[in-house]
Amino acid sequence: MQSIQQIQDQIIDEFEFFQDWSEKYQYLIDLGKNLPNFNDNNRIDSNLIKGCQSKVWLNSSFDDNIVKFEADSDAIISKGIISLLIRVFSGHKPEEIIAADINFIEKIGLNSHLSQTRANGLLSMIKQIKIYALAYQAKK
Amino acid sequence: MLDVYKIREDFPILGKKVNNTDLIYFDNAATSQTPNQVIDVISDYYKQHNSNIHRGLHSLSADATNKYERSRTIIKNHFGALHEHEIIFTSGTTHGINIISSGLEKLISENDELIVSEMEHHSNIVPWQMLCEKTGSKLKVIPINDNGTLNMNEYKSLLTPSVKFVFINHVSNSLGIINPIKEIINLAHTNNSKVLIDGAQGAAHFKINLSELDVDYYVASAHKLCGPTGVGFLYGKSVLLNSLPPYQGGGEMISNVTFNKTEYADLPHKFEAGTPNISGVIGFGAAIEYMNSIGFNHIESYEKELLDYATENLKKIKNIKIYGDVDDKISVISFNLGNHHPSDIGSILDQYGVAVRTGQHCTQPIMDHFNIPGTVRASFSFYNTKSEIDLFIDALKKASNMLG
Repeated sequence: MQSIQQIQDQIIDEFEFFQDWSEKYQYLIDLGKNLPNFNDNNRIDSNLIKGCQSKVWLNSSFDDNIVKFEADSDAIISKGIISLLIRVFSGHKPEEIIAADINFIEKIGLNSHLSQTRANGLLSMIKQIKIYALAYQAKK
Repeated sequence: MLDVYKIREDFPILGKKVNNTDLIYFDNAATSQTPNQVIDVISDYYKQHNSNIHRGLHSLSADATNKYERSRTIIKNHFGALHEHEIIFTSGTTHGINIISSGLEKLISENDELIVSEMEHHSNIVPWQMLCEKTGSKLKVIPINDNGTLNMNEYKSLLTPSVKFVFINHVSNSLGIINPIKEIINLAHTNNSKVLIDGAQGAAHFKINLSELDVDYYVASAHKLCGPTGVGFLYGKSVLLNSLPPYQGGGEMISNVTFNKTEYADLPHKFEAGTPNISGVIGFGAAIEYMNSIGFNHIESYEKELLDYATENLKKIKNIKIYGDVDDKISVISFNLGNHHPSDIGSILDQYGVAVRTGQHCTQPIMDHFNIPGTVRASFSFYNTKSEIDLFIDALKKASNMLG
């Protein structure tokens, strides 16, 4: 299992191939389309993340000291970004998730392409992911 | 005729590049851009005239006061008010609405009813909901038809004797539809109801005569009319404004202060407590003068030309759905493309330098009516061009291809 930092580095490497913003967006759109189907039972208001212009649902599960995330959105670019977050965070121990320093978003140059509204939404997502991890750690 | 390329030279921001491409600014319904004629007046105010107004005896203060009050006269004349004191300077439309809603707290009781419409901006809904909570009065809602227009038959049937007030926007901010406010006002007056018109979107696109309209209150913001942000006006008939208590206490709004009793100043000062946005008000006056120098008849016909051109070309795109596509509207197009989320379209358009607004536009009830998460809203101003519309349509097609 790769560490959170290793996964981030891998994503940064992948994005280095892209020449311009449109290739990055196209990649995110494709990732969004390929995000595994979200369980409809989890598409509930209590799983909604506040602060996003599009709707974003985030659900988590905890088993064998590993946190898993699934998420969905009604907007495809948001889904693509979520897909990256899941790849980074899902399948790790709570303490690893809590301690993770998320730097790939800036390094892949997504920051400059995100409006403030969307950047806030992204921060809310990361915050919610860490809150889940904290809750699972407290439960242990 | 309006020489758009000459006009564009007045707006320094229109030459800006975003995301390494020319800015195409189609978010005018949110805020309009500011011409040099307004920027220079504001800058000149701080360089040459900055001083607190009304109470100073020195020349600089008199100078600033004259400029500030001159703006009141410009706005009074432009909007056809009868008296200067009927124009209250505010921080914007929302502030104006809140002056009235808080003023009505003691004048509205639990047996009274208020009317808003389904197409209002949240700022013309929430203050009235708060007023209803405080007074026990009831809020009734005029529904919209499926083409986005107000259901006037429903309005007539909602106008019962207990209705004290009607609050309607002049123009829908999310759809651009122009409401028949003259008819709305006449019907309300026949019912002995007062009317407040939210003119945030209306004031910028055509000439209005408030005393001819016989409207009771009208509110608008300078920043939609090429003026600065943080300033606007509340118009009210003298007799009505006099019947309202002050909104805020402070300096400027009093005539005599003792610990036994304080007497309030006359209109308009009663509602202008504290040091106002002096440079903003002066800039607002300059903006009205600037737009009048172009001519509202020219602005109106040119913007209609842009609207028709954009609508015609948008309709050629497959799976486009325009909301509120009626004749009586300002240069605003609210649309969706297939099932794509408006935020996806907006994000990609932004990469092509096209600034549009996406989302609910602070009008969640309209979005609920159409059962959509939001729309993409392109809004044009008299400084936009047909070639910008071409580039926008082109970018929209590319966005559609990317999203697949």
